[in-house]
Order: sequence, then C-alpha cells, then structure tokens
Amino acid sequence: MHPAYSVIVFTTASGAGYGLLIWLAVAAALNLVPRDPALGFVGLGVALALITIGLLASTLHLGRPERAWRALSQWKSSWLSREGIAAIVTYLPAGALGLGWVFGEFVPGQIATGAWLSVPCALITVWCTGMIYASLPTIRAWDQPLVAPVYVVLALATGGVLLSLLLAAFGYDPRWAAILSVVTLALGWFLKARYWLAIDTAPKTHTAEAATGLGRFGTVRPLDPPHTQPNFVMREMGYQVARRHAEKLRRLSVLLLFVLPIGAGLLLLLDLPSPFQIAIASLAALSAAAGVLTERWLFFAEAEHVAMLYYRGGVA
Amino acid sequence: MTSLPETTSKKLGLVIDLDTCVGCQACATSCKEWNAGGYSAPLTDQDTRGSDPHGTWLNRVHSYEVGDGPDSRTVHFPRSCLHCETPACVTVCPTGASYKRASDGIVLVNPDTCIGCKLCSWACPYGAREYDTDDGVMKKCTLCVDRIYNESFAPEDRVPACVRACPTGARHFGDLGDPGSAVSLLVKEREGFDLLPGMGFKPVNKYLPPRDRRDLTTASAPRAAERTVAGSGSLADRFFAWADKTLAR
Ligand code: SF4
Ligand code: SF4
Repeated sequence: MHPAYSVIVFTTASGAGYGLLIWLAVAAALNLVPRDPALGFVGLGVALALITIGLLASTLHLGRPERAWRALSQWKSSWLSREGIAAIVTYLPAGALGLGWVFGEFVPGQIATGAWLSVPCALITVWCTGMIYASLPTIRAWDQPLVAPVYVVLALATGGVLLSLLLAAFGYDPRWAAILSVVTLALGWFLKARYWLAIDTAPKTHTAEAATGLGRFGTVRPLDPPHTQPNFVMREMGYQVARRHAEKLRRLSVLLLFVLPIGAGLLLLLDLPSPFQIAIASLAALSAAAGVLTERWLFFAEAEHVAMLYYRGGVA
Repeated sequence: MTSLPETTSKKLGLVIDLDTCVGCQACATSCKEWNAGGYSAPLTDQDTRGSDPHGTWLNRVHSYEVGDGPDSRTVHFPRSCLHCETPACVTVCPTGASYKRASDGIVLVNPDTCIGCKLCSWACPYGAREYDTDDGVMKKCTLCVDRIYNESFAPEDRVPACVRACPTGARHFGDLGDPGSAVSLLVKEREGFDLLPGMGFKPVNKYLPPRDRRDLTTASAPRAAERTVAGSGSLADRFFAWADKTLAR
C-alpha cells in the first residue's frame, strides 16, 4: 500500500497525543504529579496539539476536506466513522481536565471526572484507528489480530516517552513515567515482533488463478496490461518495498523505537542531575519519534493488496 | 446508507464471456465515453499530453496467458465492479456515500457526499474503484444506471454502454436474481463462476469460462478454399501452379 505521509503523521502524532493524554489523566486522577498549572498547560497542550495536528493531517488525505463532517454519520458499520466520533468526544473530558488543571475547577470533581473519562475515550479512539486497517480483509498484513493492539500499545509507549521528557523538563521526578514507558515499550516490541512473524508466516491464500477463475486451465500470467501507465489502483495499492530493504528498516525501527528509548528509560531510573535527565529524555523522544514514523511507514509499505493479483499475478 | 440492504428485489449485473471476448477494448472505451458525460461526470484524466498519461476508467481489459505448452491459451479479461451482494466497500464508507440499492442491487457512490477518503477502494478486492483526483471523489461502474431505465432510449439501448458496444456479444446484462432470466440460464448452461469466491463478497457479475479446445489431431477435411483445384493442364494453369508454389516457399 502507498505510504501516504498524511496518514503516517495522522496515526503517529495522534497516537502519541492520546498516549500522553492517557498518562496525564491517570497522573492527575491518582495525584502522581503536583497540580502545577504550567505542567498541566504544557502537558495537555502538547497532547491536544499532537492529536489535533494528526486529525488535521488526516483530513489533508481527503479529496473533499470541506465535507469531512459527513464522516461522522456511519458509525453503525464504519470504523473510520467511529474513529471520527470517538476523537471528537474525547475533546470534552480532555478539555474539562485541562481547564480544571490550569485554571482551577469550575465544578467540584471536574479534574477527576475529566481524567477518568479521558482514559477510555482516548483508548477507544486509538483502537478505532487500528480497526480501520484491521477490518480490511483485502490486505493480508492488516487483517491480523495484533494490528489494533499494536496501535494502542505504541500510543501508550510513545506517550510515556513524552511524559518522561515533560516531567524531567519541569524538574519533577520522571522515574515512575520512565518505568511505565520501559514496560509499554517492551510490550510494544514483543507485540510488533509477533506481528512481523505473523505476516511473514501467514499463508497467502489468494491467487491469480482464483482472481480470474481460470485456474482450471493452468497457471495464470499477465500478458498484456490493460493500460500503459499506472492507474489509481496501481499507484495506491501497488506500492512495494523490497524484502531486503524492509528487513533493514524493521531493524532500524526496532533500534529507534524500542532499544534506545528503553535504554534511556533505564538511565532515567538512576539519580542523575537534572540537565542529564532532560538530555536523555529528549534523545529518547526524538529516537522514538523517528522509530514510530519508520514503523508506520513499513506498516503501509509492507502491506500487499489482493487487487494487485490482476496486475502482477502470483499470490497475495 | 452504508449498511447493506438485507435483500434486493433484483440483482442486476453482467455476465462476461471469456470465450468470445477478443480484448478489443471497445467496452472500456465506450464506458469511458458514456460515463465522462453521464452519472460519473467528470471522469478526468491527468497529464494527457505528457509522459505519464493516466486517468479514471471504470472498466479495464486485461490479457492473460493461461496454462503451459501446447495447451496454453490467451484469455482476454474485462474487469469492472461486480456489484457484490455483501461488499465491504459499502460498509467501510464513513459518509454513507457508498451504498447498495435495495431495488436492483446496484452499488453506487453519491458524488455529492463522498469525501474522497479512498477507504472503499482499499476494501474492494477487485480493484474496481478508481479515485478521480481532479473531482476529489470516488468513481466506479454504475451499471449505466442512467441508461438502463432511460425511457427516451430505444429498448435495445437500455443496457450498459459496454454491453451495447461489444462487437462479439461477450457481455450480457440482466437480473441474476431471477433464475429464469436469460443471463441466469446462460450462467447455468455455461457454468459461470465467481471471481475470488474466498473473499466472501458474493459478486453478482459472473464470468463464463473459455470453451474446450477443438481437438486438432482429427482435423476435418480442408475447407473448399484451401483445396487444390486440379487444373486443365493449359499453359496458364501451369504458370499459376508454378507461381503458387514459388510464392508459397
Ligand atoms: S466489485 Fe468492489 S466496488 Fe464493486 S461491489 Fe464488489 S467490492 Fe464493491
Ligand atoms: S471515498 Fe467516498 S465513497 Fe469511498 S469510503 Fe470514502 S467517502 Fe465513502
């Protein structure tokens, strides 16, 4: 599948934003951080900015962005529609939490209520994002049970890395955030490795013979293409990354997204002076960002679409 | 509405005969011609005079080589929307722009509400949907919904443009939900089949397989034109016989 930059930015930025929102909400509800208005402003500001940038990037992908509101209507059947609704609903508790944290509660219990509602709303939104892809039977690499869980765990992990940086930058103890990012990163690594194993070993069940129904006469090989230049289907669905190239990029994303940030998280557990903590947490955030962009690029580039059987023959 | 109708009163669709299709592209070009002015208008092309001309077409004709050795054959293969009974292209649509009509089973895109998210094209296993970059909305075969019910047309013209254009009669249009219809009988007689039945989309359109080869080892007597005519032995005859032999070398 063609790795469109708008969709890569959408899923990674909004994922990290929802992850950070979830951890800040948990921290506020459990009083794990002081009610420092500046921390709340910057933290929730960054989270909501990432979410909003991601959602705006996703509308850039549309042919008719001015009609985007129509996408909220078909929640009964469409995961994309559900994702849109969940994303908008999440702004309400997140807004209540943020305003309460920064300006003080307008109504008693505003912070706790906003925080506890933000968590499930954000989780549901990221789950819906994953299900947009996981619900497509035409793409073997996406029609996998681990796709949506990986989206959720990577959102929590990248959000955790951002939280560690945030706490270090404000001079608060980043250790609890470092522990949870190490745990979620390790879980993400485990699930992603299982996912790659699954797509490498899942049987290719669709053939050019079944696509044309001509298998009874022997193997089916494309002879004359229907058009001289690639059409929309080939441009959108026909993107292919070389196997060797993909292997390298998988290793690179493991290094940047998991190995380095986990190492950084472990370093944050030591009692280092604040400037070191900030430097380590910043490097971890940069590394994780580059890593998750690579991971998401691969998620698209490695996915093969059944319709390409008509153009390439073979199996999918 | 993006949810699928439980049943449709009719199952209008095409039956495509892979035995008679000669891959002439008449269906594809007449489809483009009709739909560039009909329901799907505009049906745009890009870089038409440049080095990468491409555009939105609703019907594509492939050619495949099938089988090996003396048994191999070339099969021409037109491909367009199959108006599936349970298509994910409809259910994934977030806006309700993609829908399946309860009355006749035609799968359509409403060009006034489509946001151009392209998700439906990802959900179609048959590559049947083509996004129109300039128009910003998804395009697909409409089964010429603007011809088949058009009372100002002569009855023989109330069929999809591709069916009307096919010079070999390889394309048939009708109600595949009616077991007594001409198309249903044809599918039964010729053992028509579904594409990618394993995907579970239940396509309405059917394809008819190429017929068995004639057995060439027991070729019948040569046809009249090929038989050598015994000449009268005149000079002219001998000259023509000599010329024929020489030229045939
Ligand atoms: S062929 Fe593709 S576009 Fe047409 S109804 Fe089936 S899934 Fe939808
Ligand atoms: S491109 Fe249009 S018709 Fe297709 S899923 Fe998106 S809104 Fe629906």
